[in-house]
Amino acid sequence: MELYALPAHALRQMLDRGEISSVELTKSLIERIEAVDGAIGSYLAIRVEEALKEAEEADRRIREQRDVGPLTGIPVSLKDNICTEGTRTTCASRMLENFVPPYDATVVARLKAQGAPILGKLNMDEFAMGSSTETSAFKLTRNPWNLERVPGGSSGGPAAAVAAGATVMALGSDTGGSIRQPAALCGVVGMKPTYGLVSRFGLVAFASSLDQIGPMTKDVKDAALLLSAIAAHDPLDSTSIPGDRADFLAELDRGVEGLVIGLPVEMLGEGVAPEVREAVNAAVGVLEGLGARVEEVSLPHVRYALAAYAVIATAEASSNLGRFDGVRYGFRSREDADVVTMFETTRAQGFGAEVKRRIMLGTYALSAGYYDAYYLKALKVRTLIRRDFEKAFERCHLLVTPTSPTVAFRFGEKADNPVAMYQSDRLTVPANLAGIPAISVPCGVSQDGLPIGLQFMAPALAEPVLFRAAAAYEAAAGWASMRPPLEVK
Amino acid sequence: MAAIEREDVERVARLARLALTEEEKALFQEQLGAILEHVRALQEVDTEGVEPTPYAVQLTNVLRPDRARPSMPREQALANAPQEMDGYFFVPRILEE
Repeated sequence: MELYALPAHALRQMLDRGEISSVELTKSLIERIEAVDGAIGSYLAIRVEEALKEAEEADRRIREQRDVGPLTGIPVSLKDNICTEGTRTTCASRMLENFVPPYDATVVARLKAQGAPILGKLNMDEFAMGSSTETSAFKLTRNPWNLERVPGGSSGGPAAAVAAGATVMALGSDTGGSIRQPAALCGVVGMKPTYGLVSRFGLVAFASSLDQIGPMTKDVKDAALLLSAIAAHDPLDSTSIPGDRADFLAELDRGVEGLVIGLPVEMLGEGVAPEVREAVNAAVGVLEGLGARVEEVSLPHVRYALAAYAVIATAEASSNLGRFDGVRYGFRSREDADVVTMFETTRAQGFGAEVKRRIMLGTYALSAGYYDAYYLKALKVRTLIRRDFEKAFERCHLLVTPTSPTVAFRFGEKADNPVAMYQSDRLTVPANLAGIPAISVPCGVSQDGLPIGLQFMAPALAEPVLFRAAAAYEAAAGWASMRPPLEVK
Repeated sequence: MAAIEREDVERVARLARLALTEEEKALFQEQLGAILEHVRALQEVDTEGVEPTPYAVQLTNVLRPDRARPSMPREQALANAPQEMDGYFFVPRILEE
């Protein structure tokens, strides 16, 4: 099999046996990017020289058997809202088009310390706001399964790159489903960790109480490996959970026998496309066949999750994005007769329509007279949603739902209708509001040949059981080996 | 009746420091109205006596020793500035002469 098609854990064995070098692997991926990414458009920047230098150093470590970890020599790509020292980090926005961070995000520093070459920066919805990657100020990213369809978003670049073999594995960020939904639409694995498990230092903030960085990979084992590499307490992030992290690989092979898996009735009904529902029902059958007990559960308040999310995420965004004022970094307008005009025109010219829309909504929800009715109300509903999950997890080890209510849609289909676009996140936002971990794994293809994703959710810090169930399903169902039929230039 | 008035859009744009075109004002009035209509569903929920959840993981008073550490060199901190002068960020005049 071609190197680009292999997961990291298989490449690890080849590197350790000396069958390939990290430089060879990195070069083969750069060739793959050149062959397919003209059509896909997943990369905003490729670090050719730097990645090859990092690969050389990794090869030295492997040769000398010095500090070799699971990811030493394995190239990783990053969503472009994760800061890389000396390499532009744009958030796919005109506002940060020329921004070169003076430091690495903690996750990047950890990957570099472990000897993983950083291959490049990937396209996304502007400031991670969107569900199709169409709000990127720079380019469209196409779904490798059908170039007329969106890859999902906001981590559309990472999902498309992993699906197309244009990287081994990638990091995305997930505020309301931005890792899991594109993973589902591109037929790869995407995982959002428990809030506070992974440091957010150096992740350009969207909604700070919801944002988490997480892995996007070819299979579940790779997701557990990549999460192990990045998850650690970080004193630079005041919301980082203290103490050691669990062993995410420990339970991978234990199977699902004896697990109780809840099926939230509210998340499988109205608005879920029939073929998505059928695929999820079939997956539930597979899990039962493997010895899990599946029970219907109710999460009565999740129907309000999207409304609560719309208020909370935009309120936090309106505050976080206040820093883009043309003073310390980023774009500055030429209309600078006075400082307020400079602020207002800088933000008008630097931000795209979706970002402005969300800043407006968030500012409205926080403004005098509306704070209690919108923002405070949404935070109270968030409490009720969290309690619904706590109650369900008294009976169940895990919950299972579709990841996205539909398969990948066409470009332009929802771009002019924000309310319709937000519906794409309907099944993923509850996990962000509750702060719990969730993973999307492929569970089939539609009649049109488009991937369908299955979402597992677990209680806070229960990543080992989340990976355990996802790995058992993956092994039994066999969708992990599915690759898009891409024409190579 | 529009769910959100034109004056609301202009007020919020001023608060958010966004210079909007007339077309944007019209578009946002319509779209924010549609989103707020969806959001109004929250009012159905009985939240009497329910505490708000600003963060899902409750961490309070995260402290560290107050020790001096080297900070980012000035040149590096200024490297991304749109305009700088004599080691400072340069901005348009704020006060009248």
